[in-house]
Amino acid sequence: MAEFESPTTLVAAANKTREAGYVDVDAYSPIPIEELHHAIGFKNTKLPLMVLIGGLLGGTGGFSLEYWVSAIAYPLNVGGKPLVSWPMFIPVTFECTILGAALTAVFGMFMLNKLPQPYHPVFNNPRFAMASRNRFFLCIEATDQQFDLDKTRAFLDTLGAHEVTTVAE
Amino acid sequence: MAQSNQPLAERTEPVAGSGTPVVIAPGHTFASVTDKISSIVLTQRTPIGWYLALLTAAGMAGLLLISLSYLVVKGIGIWGNNIPVGWAFDITNFVWWIGIGHAGTLISAILLLLKQTWRTSINRFAEAMTLFAVACAGIFPLFHTGRPWLAYWLFPIPNTMGVWPQFRSPLIWDVFAVSTYATVSALFWYVGLVPDVATLRDRAKGKFAQRVYGMMSLGWRGSARHWHRYETAYLLLAGLSTPLVVSVHSVVSFDFAVSILPGWHTTIFPPYFVAGAIYSGFAMVLTLAIPMRAIYGLEDFITMRHLQNMAKVMLLTGLIVAYGYGVEAFIAWYGGNYYEGFMMLNRINGPYWPQYWALIFCNVIFPQLLWFKNVRMNVPLLFVISIVVNIGMWLERFVIIVLSLHRDFLPSSWGMFRPTFWDWTTYVGTIGLFLTLLFLFVRLLPVISIFEMRTIVPEAKVQEGHGH
Repeated sequence: MAEFESPTTLVAAANKTREAGYVDVDAYSPIPIEELHHAIGFKNTKLPLMVLIGGLLGGTGGFSLEYWVSAIAYPLNVGGKPLVSWPMFIPVTFECTILGAALTAVFGMFMLNKLPQPYHPVFNNPRFAMASRNRFFLCIEATDQQFDLDKTRAFLDTLGAHEVTTVAE
Repeated sequence: MAQSNQPLAERTEPVAGSGTPVVIAPGHTFASVTDKISSIVLTQRTPIGWYLALLTAAGMAGLLLISLSYLVVKGIGIWGNNIPVGWAFDITNFVWWIGIGHAGTLISAILLLLKQTWRTSINRFAEAMTLFAVACAGIFPLFHTGRPWLAYWLFPIPNTMGVWPQFRSPLIWDVFAVSTYATVSALFWYVGLVPDVATLRDRAKGKFAQRVYGMMSLGWRGSARHWHRYETAYLLLAGLSTPLVVSVHSVVSFDFAVSILPGWHTTIFPPYFVAGAIYSGFAMVLTLAIPMRAIYGLEDFITMRHLQNMAKVMLLTGLIVAYGYGVEAFIAWYGGNYYEGFMMLNRINGPYWPQYWALIFCNVIFPQLLWFKNVRMNVPLLFVISIVVNIGMWLERFVIIVLSLHRDFLPSSWGMFRPTFWDWTTYVGTIGLFLTLLFLFVRLLPVISIFEMRTIVPEAKVQEGHGH
């Protein structure tokens, strides 16, 4: 695991690591860095699609509930108006759409990120506490096919890191 | 962002030539931003003033507890509302609080989508304000039912009575809109907090604080994959909250507009309620931000630029509200409806004329001072204006609700509303609850989003040419 002092050096190092053929790589930073997920070879997330589906389910769920309640479970004739007076059902349908989509966005994000996760090996590095302040870390994981303790360490040393450490599992 | 790159000798003074104050004072780095904001929370010594403030607020909140307990024992007869004025302080306060909440969502969602980086230092506590305001708002309709333990009747839950809610009623829309709004606001706020709570976890000295922040941060470690999904989720939430916030106050206005009462039955209500909500919400953000930045020395982060921008938003939304008043009066005359015309004249010249004219003064006349730059740069005066607008927006809801109800179609059913002691204590009590929650929040969680502040310091930008 290598420590850097600025987002620029981290992104440059991550690019070089990817070009060197490492795959099981992760980078840690105190701020979101737009360029970084490409640099570590991460493809786009499927979260937006999940949110779309969540919203659609919420909306159809809301409307179906109103339909079922108003026309089937508890039909109430108010001044001869139709039982399925759909324009009056739109506000609740809309709110349910938003609710479904928002819940999917938040819990989908946590789920894809595998959070909550109380333990992770990176926390074994005492300097890692700085990852939430002003330091940037690049981690090549031991599961990588190219991983070799000495060679990988030497490679990380070439990237202009502030410090390189080995983190126990 | 452009401004923050320029070296400046004077903090918060206008940038030479551009006339615009900076969003963040120069010289700040990742470390200084982190340390400054987290030190408010992580300091070992709690200021004595905080205890005094919390005690006062909690005392007021205690008043709420007493008022509501008494209400449950005696029934809503302890309030002054009675036919024909069936809605009075309760719904006035409900709409007022919900409106205040809207600025939080506007700042966090709409300004994020518009890439207004100045929102960064005010969005966190504005969101907290939203959450607490919605909590206060919810109390009123809940207890106005008189039997709050039967509030589940409002939800579509199978029950032994075989009765279901009436989905054609705006009051049911309100239940869905407000509960969705409360849920989404809470999620938005919490998601924003996760990386900051991780910072607190890493920097807290006490074992207990480490544990609690550790649990709240869910093991956040700032992984690039996580950040990417996080940003996507945050942006989507912002995109979802934007139509939501507009819909919530539109639905609140439907409570009135869908009825046939003169003074309520107008199509201008949804846009004018939404503008009014943003107006009062920004006023409340200013009311809270001005003392907070002075007490905690946050002038570097909440600069004159923020105060000015908020003043401008207030001026704009205030004009929309003024337009709404104008159109209401015009249509009352132009529509030729006898009752509508009477309602308007009664507002101007009826028994509640002082409230109506106070409303016009607070919301339309006094805030015109904001046209002047000297006024927008004058912090104490801005504070006064924000308080006046808060009062004005409360009066607006009072005028809409009570004045439309107290003159029924038949003079034999006319009445007057006078607030009782318990009307006032309930209202003051919710202010106490709001402030209590706010003081606890300021002490226990970062009032400014640390990670978003880091993104606006100059070093956050990845320099071109190194990357590829």
